[in-house]
Amino acid sequence: MRPDLAIVAELVPAGSRVLDLGCGGGELLTHLAEHRGCSGTGVEIDPDAVLTAIRGGVPVIEVDIDEELGEFADDSYDVVVMSQTLQATRRPGEVLGEIGRIGARCIVSVPNFGLWRHRVGLLVRGRMPVSRELPHPWHETPNIHLSTLADVEALFVSVEMGVEQRIVLDAKARPMRSDRAANLRAGAAIYVLTT
Amino acid sequence: MPAAEGSVGFVRTERVGLFTEDDPLVLAGGRKLAPVEVAYETYGTLSPERDNAVFVCHALTGDAHVAGHHGDPSRVGWWDNLVGPGKPLDTDRFFVICPNLLGGCQGTTGPSSTDPATGKPYGLDFPMLQMTDFVTVHRRLLEHLGIIRLRAAVGGSLGGMQVLQWAIDAPGQVQNAVIVAASSRLTAQNIAFSAVAREAIMRDPDFRDGQYAATGRLPQLGLAVARMMAHITYLSEEAMSEKFGRRLQGDEPAGSRMGLGVDFQVESYLSHQGETFLDRFDALSYLYLSRVMDYFDPFADPGAAQRVTAGGSRVLVVSFDSDWRFDTSHSRRIVRTLEHARAPVSFREIRSPWGHDSFLLPVPGYHETIHAFLDGDREAR
Repeated sequence: MRPDLAIVAELVPAGSRVLDLGCGGGELLTHLAEHRGCSGTGVEIDPDAVLTAIRGGVPVIEVDIDEELGEFADDSYDVVVMSQTLQATRRPGEVLGEIGRIGARCIVSVPNFGLWRHRVGLLVRGRMPVSRELPHPWHETPNIHLSTLADVEALFVSVEMGVEQRIVLDAKARPMRSDRAANLRAGAAIYVLTT
Repeated sequence: MPAAEGSVGFVRTERVGLFTEDDPLVLAGGRKLAPVEVAYETYGTLSPERDNAVFVCHALTGDAHVAGHHGDPSRVGWWDNLVGPGKPLDTDRFFVICPNLLGGCQGTTGPSSTDPATGKPYGLDFPMLQMTDFVTVHRRLLEHLGIIRLRAAVGGSLGGMQVLQWAIDAPGQVQNAVIVAASSRLTAQNIAFSAVAREAIMRDPDFRDGQYAATGRLPQLGLAVARMMAHITYLSEEAMSEKFGRRLQGDEPAGSRMGLGVDFQVESYLSHQGETFLDRFDALSYLYLSRVMDYFDPFADPGAAQRVTAGGSRVLVVSFDSDWRFDTSHSRRIVRTLEHARAPVSFREIRSPWGHDSFLLPVPGYHETIHAFLDGDREAR
């Protein structure tokens, strides 16, 4: 499992009903079902990933996160996970509003555009960053809404979501011992949000 | 003769009496029906544990002959691309069962069967049916075959509706429910199309209030028109344009003639569809079976979805983006209702230009999804 997903899994209480938005091949939900007694649903739009998840026994609903989260009922999940997906949505603010409506607890992970190496690259080389967290060149990236941690935290405030917990990851996706100057030092962060 | 690769080869239709005068079928509407005979086919081998049975429910004008052939290998069953060795409903793994449904005309008791009370065909004296009646008869067939639980039930269109009803009626009996291009409640437009088809049949002078068998003349005109119109709704506009465009019959240049006959290729196609349908389908069955769909509304019972959840059925719902007979919103309603009841449900909308008919075709991504879903049954691993 991706190292950041392993950290997300630890944040999900055992026995929870989980909605995983952008579930990929269903690794997280499979892990949660097998090791933490969770049930749940994945949402994915990449056809190959959908098939992989279904073959793995994960219930997957193939809908567009930007348009169709209205299909899910209010407070119908204990936890909504959105891992490395918010930056690929067209209207992140509205998506956050929706996941807060659907789940009591939301776990959202985002890449940090503010990492010092990205800043230096842009300043010195004048080129958009390509890194572990942001692996695509600018013209092929699905990540259409890049932000720094400071940006995304401001968005949480504006949609009235509280940060219950923040785990900052270094450029190799390992949890950092200190979150001092996280906006400069972190490659990504995982947030536990409440409404 | 060895079976062609991927084919179940030569098969026979079996027939069994499932309800008798002493043990009649009690319909949801209250009336009793006996005797009830059912025509069915099976493919593959039932495991000693009897845990590999897959039930196929057919659509409005289908029959029990899903796969293989009855003697001419070039004429295979209606879902031969899905059922066979190595196919998604793999007959090397699964024991596949398909009956002709109650009210049909392909070997199972229906409105043109003989009414034992009169010695004549039932005609319009045949009782009205409901979706749950189909399921009751399917379940009796399983009992006859000594099968308690199904690995899966699979169906498209009216077949998918039977699968949904089954998961509601007998929680837990269907381990995996595959519901393709179906609906949990028809729209006014859906009902309107069926109404015109039925009018065409009933207004045919040869219909004779349903007692046409005695006259030796069938309401062919009405049935052919009903089929032609239904067929328009089974194809997308795009599929029709691609298949026929505005091409004329023969080689004459456009505009060289103009008449009211069958000039365009699409007209010839529809007329052929209407004609060939007469050889294999009965007007009364068309009336009765199409009416069942109009009244189908299982989620009107607020506890229905919850029963699916309680039974633990895994559900796969599939729609096709060009289907306008039962468009994706129909499938979404099934998904939404079951998901809100916390049933484990998967959903895909498959891209296909072929409209409602797509469920019968090997559209890319479609069979793969059914295959993946059946492989994903953790309980069966």
